[in-house]
Amino acid sequence: MSRETSTIQRRKERLDRGIKVRTEGLYALTSWREMFYLLVPRTLLIFGLLLSPFFLEMYWQRVLCQAGIYALLALGFDFLAEYVGLVCLGGAFFIGSGAYLSGLLNAKLGWAPFFTIPIATVAGAVISTLVLLPCLRLRGIYFAIISFMFPLLTVYIIIALNIFGGTEGITALATFPNIWVDQYLILGGVIIALFALRRLVTEDIGLILRSIKDNDQAVKASGISITSYKTKAVFIAALLGCFGGAYLSHLYGWVGISQFALDYSILPIAATVMGGMGTLVGPVIGAFILTPLSEALRGFGQMRVVVYCLILIGFIVYKPEGLMNVLQRKYHQFEHWEEV
Amino acid sequence: MNILIYGTVNSIIFALVAVGFTLVYGVSRLPNFAHGALYVLVGFLTWSMVNDFKLFYPFAILISLGISSLLGALIYRLVLIRLRGLPTSEIIASFAVGLIILEGLRLQGIGGFKGFIGPFYVLPSFIDAKIKIAGVLIDAQRLIVMLGGLAVVVSIWLFTHHTKTGLSLRAIAQDEQAAMMLGIDSDRAAIISLSIGSALAGLAAVIILPLGNVTAEAGYRILINALAVCIIGGLGSWAGAVLASFVLGFAMIISTALFGSVWESVVLVGAIILILIFKPSGLLGKQKELEERV
Repeated sequence: MSRETSTIQRRKERLDRGIKVRTEGLYALTSWREMFYLLVPRTLLIFGLLLSPFFLEMYWQRVLCQAGIYALLALGFDFLAEYVGLVCLGGAFFIGSGAYLSGLLNAKLGWAPFFTIPIATVAGAVISTLVLLPCLRLRGIYFAIISFMFPLLTVYIIIALNIFGGTEGITALATFPNIWVDQYLILGGVIIALFALRRLVTEDIGLILRSIKDNDQAVKASGISITSYKTKAVFIAALLGCFGGAYLSHLYGWVGISQFALDYSILPIAATVMGGMGTLVGPVIGAFILTPLSEALRGFGQMRVVVYCLILIGFIVYKPEGLMNVLQRKYHQFEHWEEV
Repeated sequence: MNILIYGTVNSIIFALVAVGFTLVYGVSRLPNFAHGALYVLVGFLTWSMVNDFKLFYPFAILISLGISSLLGALIYRLVLIRLRGLPTSEIIASFAVGLIILEGLRLQGIGGFKGFIGPFYVLPSFIDAKIKIAGVLIDAQRLIVMLGGLAVVVSIWLFTHHTKTGLSLRAIAQDEQAAMMLGIDSDRAAIISLSIGSALAGLAAVIILPLGNVTAEAGYRILINALAVCIIGGLGSWAGAVLASFVLGFAMIISTALFGSVWESVVLVGAIILILIFKPSGLLGKQKELEERV
């Protein structure tokens, strides 16, 4: 670029594509082209997830299962943080309570995984919600730190009282019949959770939740109980986490205090920030990118957490909108430089 | 008597740990989630300077305090400055910085760096002696903790009430817009508060850590303790923070004496939850804080 032109100021102008406008609402049904426009990203995601097991080796299929668990947690985190305004740093608590419940049901009562998982999901979510209930009046940093305390605290208690197998955990749980059940159970869970949440946030309840985030005093003044809506939201996020936990316990046939570990709290956050906060799809994609990366770093021990955090800070400082928002913008809008 | 003396020591430990966090949040509304990490970092740096580089102990302490306050300023200048006013991002970013420091300290053998292995990282006491007070044997380091804690609280009070910089920090805390109109730079105030807060975290570390081991896990505990004091005391209220430190310090010592040390953290959470249910603004908090958190 020559010297003269570099002094001219330019800005980027963005315009919605015509097709984006046409596909909003019922008009999407007017032609195949519009329908394709809407369907392509969605089917790409669904089929991409569903077909990926066929292209992976045994080891990476296991990693895929892990990534699914992280994706569920990331979805829950994104939902709570962006739609309700509760930054939950304690995703590990959901995983842990789901895992321990289904582990106990399986080990003590001998129930099959297909009974213990649903029961542990719901019961674990109820327990997590009840535990977090007194803290729901909090906001911002207060809620963040309290939710961060719960997994740590539970570990202290389990070790100190030596309950639930103490530091050893509970071993020899039932596992799934084969690796295909493993994978499709979690992938199905992720896809259902993703689309259910996307639907949920556009319903009335989603509107109320978002307004709680923006201005809870106004919601209160409209005669709506904030606490009851926050409780519902936490219950939904906890359902996702507890399902992940219950599934995890049967995936490895083992439950232990490492299920309350920091990884389960921090990786979903990194995935969410990387994928784009508030998009719900972004966190899922982020989880499926970050988990293999962290698997590749497994040999370096604690290095993994450091790497997530670096990615996290890099994205939050330099690209706070995240991958998904960028992709969406490219898909929906023209961009061109304009002289000012 | 035992409980009284050890309770006081414990309370002052709480106050020392919380004072830096409260200062930063009070002045610039930035939650410094890297607080606990800086605490551990200073402990580790001092230890390695004394043991690996054979530096004179007080000298090592000074250098690591300098590093920690510089780091505090850098955290603001490089990361937090871009995120002001976005509470979610502030929390996540400062938490991530803290995690990088804490987990980074456990790395082994990258560039010849040796992190924490095993539990033998002990800082030497300032004075190795035991003193008897009212029939209770207490080691000199605990007395130093008491005196140091008092000195820190008093000097912070003097700093914020009688120096120009301290007054400008308080002005920013009370009304940012008005303070800016009077020519106080809000970014500069935030940098100053973060570096002082980080140095205070480090100071707490060098005073307290000779009582036990330096571990990476301590970072999380310290952060939680600092937050607990803030929540219970009510933010922005010095008297509240000191009062909360004493409430927590004694509650923990008493519960340890009665039920064993397992329940320490349960008492902590229990206290927070009780406060939140019955007086959400904290013991001495004002209405303004109430709106912010409920």
